[in-house]
Formats: sequence, C-alpha cells, structure tokens
Amino acid sequence: MTKPAISVQSLTKTYDSGLIALDDINLDIAQGEIFALLGPNGAGKTTLISAICGIIRVSDGIIEICGHDHTKEYRIARGKIGLVPQELTTDAFETVWNTVSFSRGLFGKPKNPAFIEEILKDLSLWDKKDEQIRKLSGGMKRRVMIAKALSHEPEILFLDEPSAGVDVELRKSMWRQIRRLRDNGTTIILTTHYIEEAEEMADRIGIINKGKLILIEEKKTLMKKLGKKELILELYSKVTEIPTPLADYNLLLSENGKRLTFTYDPSKKNNGVAELLDHLKDSGIKCKDIDTRQSSLEDIFVTLVGQS
Amino acid sequence: MNFHGILSIYKFEMGRTMRTLGQSIASPVISTILYFIVFGSAIGSNIGDIDGVKYGAFIVPGLIMLTVLSQSIANASFGIYFPRFTGTIYEILSAPLSFVEITIGYVGAAATKAIIIGIIVLTTAGFFVPLEIQHPIWMAFFLVITCVTFSLLGFIIGIWADGFEKLQLIPLLIITPLTFLGGSFYSISMLPPFWQSVSMFNPVVYLISGFRWSFYESSDVSLATSVTMILVFLSLCIGIIAWIFKTGYRLRN
Repeated sequence: MTKPAISVQSLTKTYDSGLIALDDINLDIAQGEIFALLGPNGAGKTTLISAICGIIRVSDGIIEICGHDHTKEYRIARGKIGLVPQELTTDAFETVWNTVSFSRGLFGKPKNPAFIEEILKDLSLWDKKDEQIRKLSGGMKRRVMIAKALSHEPEILFLDEPSAGVDVELRKSMWRQIRRLRDNGTTIILTTHYIEEAEEMADRIGIINKGKLILIEEKKTLMKKLGKKELILELYSKVTEIPTPLADYNLLLSENGKRLTFTYDPSKKNNGVAELLDHLKDSGIKCKDIDTRQSSLEDIFVTLVGQS
Repeated sequence: MNFHGILSIYKFEMGRTMRTLGQSIASPVISTILYFIVFGSAIGSNIGDIDGVKYGAFIVPGLIMLTVLSQSIANASFGIYFPRFTGTIYEILSAPLSFVEITIGYVGAAATKAIIIGIIVLTTAGFFVPLEIQHPIWMAFFLVITCVTFSLLGFIIGIWADGFEKLQLIPLLIITPLTFLGGSFYSISMLPPFWQSVSMFNPVVYLISGFRWSFYESSDVSLATSVTMILVFLSLCIGIIAWIFKTGYRLRN
C-alpha cells in the first residue's frame, strides 16, 4: 500500500507563552492529491506547515513524509518538500537565476541549468533571470518563490496563501501551473483565504480553527453533505406577509415583498420544492421568474467556523 | 553530508562580499594606512624598539588581529542575522541541512573573508615596514584559527541579536576594547605589574601574543598558553552553537 505523502499524528504545538497553536492534529494526505487547508487568520495554518517543513519544533506528535520521520530522517523527509511561504521573503539584491540555483543547492542537488531554465520558462521568468529580485513586481516575486520551491524537484509542494496580492490573471495562470504539477504526480497542499481557490483546485478540504482541525472531507462530499440549495422566486405582486399554509417552509421574504427564498437539501428525495410550488399556486401567489443557487464552499466554511 | 548545501551557503555569502568588493577591501586598507601614518610614523618614530623590533613592525601582528577579529564577527553575525531579519531563514531551516553544515557554510564564508582581509592588511603593511615572519606556518595557524573562532562568536551574536543595535553591541562594547587592551599597540610587559595581571584575563592577549611570536619570536605569554587559550575559546563557541541548534534558540522556536 502506498504510504501517505504526509501523515500527522497527535501533533501539538504550544508556544512558551502558553498559546496552543496546534491542538492534537491528525491528518493524512495522499500522494498526488491537492489538499486545501482553510481557516481564518491565526487559525494555525502556517504553524502546521512550518511544523511539517521543520521550521518550528513541535511540542508533541509524529510527522512522517512519505513514511519518513521528519526528525529522525530529516534529510530524506525535508528533501521531498518544497515550500512557498506566505511572505515574499527574498534576497532583494540577488538575481532570479542565482536565488533559484541557491535553493536547489541547499537541498543537496547538483547544478542543473537545463532544469532551472525549464522552471523559469514555465513560470514566465526566463527573460527576468538576470534581474535583481528587488526590481520585480509583486506577482513576479511570487513566481520566483514558486521557482525556488520547485528548484529541487520536490514530491510535495506547500503553497501558503499563493494568491495573496496576486491579480486575477496571474492567479489563474498559477492554478494552471499547480494542476500541471499535480498531473506530474506532485502532492499539493495549499492554504488560502480565497474559498474560490479551494473550490476550484482542491480534491480534499481541511478546515482548521483555533489550532484544531474541525473537518477533513472530500470537496465533492463536503459540498454534497453540507451544501444547501436555494430556490429563489421572483413574484409578480408584492406580498406583505407569508400566508399561513406556507409557514412550515421557513421562507425568506425580501426585495420589498417581491422575492421569496426557500432553502432546501437537494440530496433529499422529498425536498419540498414540488409541494411549495403547489401551495404557492393554491395561495394565489404567482411567480414571474424562478432561479436556484447552490451554496458555495464559502457558505459552508463560514457556517463551520462559526459553529466551532 | 550535504556538500551542495554547504557550498551553496558559502558561495552565496561570498557572493554578497563580491557585490561590495570595493568597500570590503578599501576600508581595511585605508584603516591600516592610517594606523601606520599615526602610530607607525608620527608617534612610532619617537618610540624605541620593543623586544628588539622596530615599533612600526611591532604593531603589524596587532593591526592584523584588530582587523580580522572585527571582520570575522561582523561578517558572521550579519550573515546569519540578515536572513533572520528578512525571513529568508525559512529556506535554510526547511532544507535537509544539519546544524554543523549550516555553521560550516556561514562561518566558513565569514572566516574566509576575514583571512583575505588579514592578508590584504599584511600586504599593505609590507609597503610601510620590512616584513619578517619567522614561523609562517604558525602565523597561518593563528590567522586561520582566530578567524574561525571569532566567526563562530559572530555567528552566535547574529543568532542572539533581535535587532541591528544588538548586532553592534558586543563588538563595540566588548570586542573592540579587549582588542585595543590586548596588546595590539604595545607589549603587556610595558604595563605596571597590576595591569599586567589584569590583562591576563583578556583572551585577546593570548591571540596577539601567539600571532606576534610567529612573526618575531617575542611574546607576552608562551606559545603553548596561547594555543591552549584559543582552543578553549574555540571549544566554548562550538559548545554554545551546539546548544543553540539543540534547543532551537531564536531559530526554531
């Protein structure tokens, strides 16, 4: 059986101040998947990544990278990981070529100019290879960070808020790049504030809040399990109050009495839509338009974080 | 052993020096020339020989030590502090590098730079006074081990410091006074007996004494004592660095 790319067991991180940044985290990430870690600010996303990458010491627990303990076999374990940190921390006076080559060397890999050239070309950085990093735009710097993380051919890539401060075009180009990496077998773990990003990219979603992993689920299952659907009815005439026979449907009256919204579970066989339409007809309420809306991952996220 | 990793850090740090080559070389050369003009010619011409060595020549080993001590500390402390300050340290900490390898990379580069500058100062001195090195191998030994030891000290300071001010604090308040009072410009035997005894608590005395012995075979303390003291100091620095990496002090907290 293939070992998980990352296996975290009972991971705890308590800072000297007493702050519990990670509280009994258990997580397995399969090889070749895209895993999105969501959470509000200060939830513990970056701390978890830092612990896995060996940047901070953990208070308790076990971390294995492709079956290798991250402290006892740190050389093998760390060699498999590439990290794109949240902050654009680069050596401002170095050239793009030098800084990417430096990263490759740090991970014990011999020089490979052809490979570095390929990465820079893939990330549209080739014509900037001799530029000092301080002269690049924010988006370009973000690409340099990705190039550095990829320079030693990692099997696992951590992207900590990869889209922060990046324009829409570059974000989509990065998504394409990430998919290409996954297609080549790289395991991707991304943290993001952009729920749209997780919805677009991830195979599985983990939601962390106050140092605890409150949910890990396949994205599709999650959407199915927790996703609600809304039936939006635009009315011909204004309705001042919801008629008594419709009280059980918990309808929301809005737009100055000209819109009714019914929230239902689409996975249920008898979800109430047909009965509601019959009751509306019986009550003499006519609709001029009907629309439906599937709740987004963002709605689910807000609900879960709010509950925890 | 991650040789590529060590070499990457070493080359990266040396590259930083190469970008400021003029400043790196011009500064110690100008300082040395000024010391020779002030102490060697203006004041030195009125001072007699010390242990049979002309004063201008006598101060050469002390001047080299003065420069390499401060350069070793400055290079190594800045080398490790700067990535901590900018945040690029994440890359070093997440790489498959042991603490020994990280230390070799940073300290090796800092010591190399200090050795090169020491040789430049020595060469510059050669334009002012006739150079005489009785024991070149011992001279090289003292130069190298001093640069390595004080680069290790600089590395510790760079990890300990949490601001640029602290980075300057120890070199300015401790190292520079110790160097000036360590016999750079005089022989300890010229001091009154009480201050001679006090000077024996200054570790720099042993470095300068041993280094001067390699030039002129005259020293304030025996060669064996000098070698022992520098090795003790070297071991102490290695011990502190081992503790830093073991505990993660200011790095992996």
